[in-house]
Amino acid sequence: MFYRETGQFKTSYEADQAVFPILQDKVFIIAALGVAYLVIPFIADDYWFKVILIPFLVYALAALGLNILTGYAGQLSLGHGGFMAVGAYASYKLATSFPEMNIIAVFLVSGLFAAAVGIVFGIPSLRIKGFYLAVATLAAQFFLVWLFNKVGWFYNYNPSGTIDAPPRALFGILITGAEAKPEVKYLTALTMLIVFGVMTKNMVRGAIGRSWMAIRDMDIAAEIIGIRPLTAKLSAFAISSYVAGVAGAELFMLHFGSVETLAFDINLSFLILFMVIIGGLGSVLGSILGAGFMVLLPIMLTNLFVGGFGIMAVTAKHIEFMVFGALIIFFLIVEPHGLARLWQIAKEKLRLWPFPH
Amino acid sequence: MEVLYDFFVQPFLDIADSPIFFAEVIVGGLTTGVMYSLVALGFVLIFKASGVFNFSQGVLALFAALTLVGIMDWGVPAFPALLMTAAVMIVLAFIIERLVLRPLVNQEAIILFMSTIGLAYFLEGLGDIMWGSNVKKLDVGIPEQPFFIGEMLLNKFDMVSAATAGILVAVLAVFFHRTRIGRALRAVADDHQGALAVGIPLQQIWVIVWSVAGIVALVAGVMWGTKSGVQFSLSLIALKALPVLILGGFTSVPGAIVGGLIIGVGEKVAEIYWGPVLGGAIENWFAYMLAMIFLLFRPQGLFGEEIIERV
Repeated sequence: MFYRETGQFKTSYEADQAVFPILQDKVFIIAALGVAYLVIPFIADDYWFKVILIPFLVYALAALGLNILTGYAGQLSLGHGGFMAVGAYASYKLATSFPEMNIIAVFLVSGLFAAAVGIVFGIPSLRIKGFYLAVATLAAQFFLVWLFNKVGWFYNYNPSGTIDAPPRALFGILITGAEAKPEVKYLTALTMLIVFGVMTKNMVRGAIGRSWMAIRDMDIAAEIIGIRPLTAKLSAFAISSYVAGVAGAELFMLHFGSVETLAFDINLSFLILFMVIIGGLGSVLGSILGAGFMVLLPIMLTNLFVGGFGIMAVTAKHIEFMVFGALIIFFLIVEPHGLARLWQIAKEKLRLWPFPH
Repeated sequence: MEVLYDFFVQPFLDIADSPIFFAEVIVGGLTTGVMYSLVALGFVLIFKASGVFNFSQGVLALFAALTLVGIMDWGVPAFPALLMTAAVMIVLAFIIERLVLRPLVNQEAIILFMSTIGLAYFLEGLGDIMWGSNVKKLDVGIPEQPFFIGEMLLNKFDMVSAATAGILVAVLAVFFHRTRIGRALRAVADDHQGALAVGIPLQQIWVIVWSVAGIVALVAGVMWGTKSGVQFSLSLIALKALPVLILGGFTSVPGAIVGGLIIGVGEKVAEIYWGPVLGGAIENWFAYMLAMIFLLFRPQGLFGEEIIERV
């Protein structure tokens, strides 16, 4: 009744091409952003920031990165944990070698290193695809983690082998480091996610995004209509791992504060892939929904089993594994196109509601 | 210069220095390779018959080993316990086909792949809840004494596991080529729709394939569990089986065996002779790098069918 486009006439191409063409969508997104910027920083407590909100935003950015590659360009990657590690270690080296450098610039530049590494490991994609490519990206995952573990230069020869986020400020407000306020970290992560979300949304609507999707849908046909597989595939790898690298730097600087290579192991790659699949392949919104789901699910399960039923923490961990696996299978069976598709269906239903036709 | 010398000359001098040690390294690599082969074999069987990239194969091996240890803890002797575990794996195949594969028929490959990762999580949790998560010793009575051939130190257990793998492959080859079910399996692998058209029940075939893969996983689980204890890391060998598949080809049973042996030997030799130059622990990624470089030259693997694309 309330959600319909009746009476909204487009009188210019700009209006027709808008990201949110329907007024209600626009109102909703502005309201959501208003809540995220003006309400949440004042009502959420430390627990919410540290355990739910910041990881959610950081993982959403990482999932967005992988979605560019897997969802839009159709190249399966199990190496994104490695690319995130590149971003994290690059940001550490940059921040400690150039203490004067703007922290936002540190994030953005460390993404470039991840992009370069992503291109190198994306080269096999020109010859192979599907699961063969997935195994090749596993090489990136294991090699990069090993490299950052073995070469002391990357962690400044810290005897414990960990890297610690140095305190850095922007406009006199601490953003990283142990003393930084969680609200500030939250707002930084939120802004980054929105910037990259808008960037991705516009990229996938443009020429480069269309070439990715053509390659995904059928690479030979795409080649025949004049899309260069080399540039399309490698640009997807570059941009995807750039975003993943920035997300890795955020994961280290904003979320963990202190990490070792273990944080970027193969499980991180799988976690991000789960987010993308559960959220919806080839959907910006899906990456964000998927990340929210995967961050909240374990917390909810733990609260339910340990807090609700009073089961021992160890047993609860195993049950959590089982429920987690079962839920993933359940989701894939019920809605293989992910949460983004459910959202779409809900919108379709909402247009008709409360009338049956 | 020194690095180049260490990298290109010294290892070969070391090899020439003590050929017996080198031979031992090779044998050690071969026996590890047999383990990889056993896991890769399960992958190949399922991939051939259903096109599913079964990530849970390693966890299946872990689950089988855990179940076997659990049953033997009740006081059941080794042989009946093995049979009982095999029965459990077959029941598991039924359940997987009914609850996971059948509802996902006709989905894209990546969805099926993700569902097997979900399955891996589920089985891991289930195995741990049922049998506990501490490291267990598995002893089904395979001898473990070392012995010498000439000057080479060998282990009986390694010989037994190699022989088991050989027998398993031979049995599978006979099963695939000489029995009615085997022919049906090959037909399904060749063309799903064609197989359906001539009246082969696809779902029944999937149950059989998953059962066979479960039993192969049991063998792998027994071997690996006896060697290094039944523990969670067992499921990680699944990841090592992936480069093996790349090397051997996704659809080839002999490829899985040969690929496993190459990876096993390559990894050991690289670790011992080139590892020190690179800082050690290169075993973790060497196999993947080898597979990746190999892919650039021969994407279909050593024995895989050539990938032909038609528009």
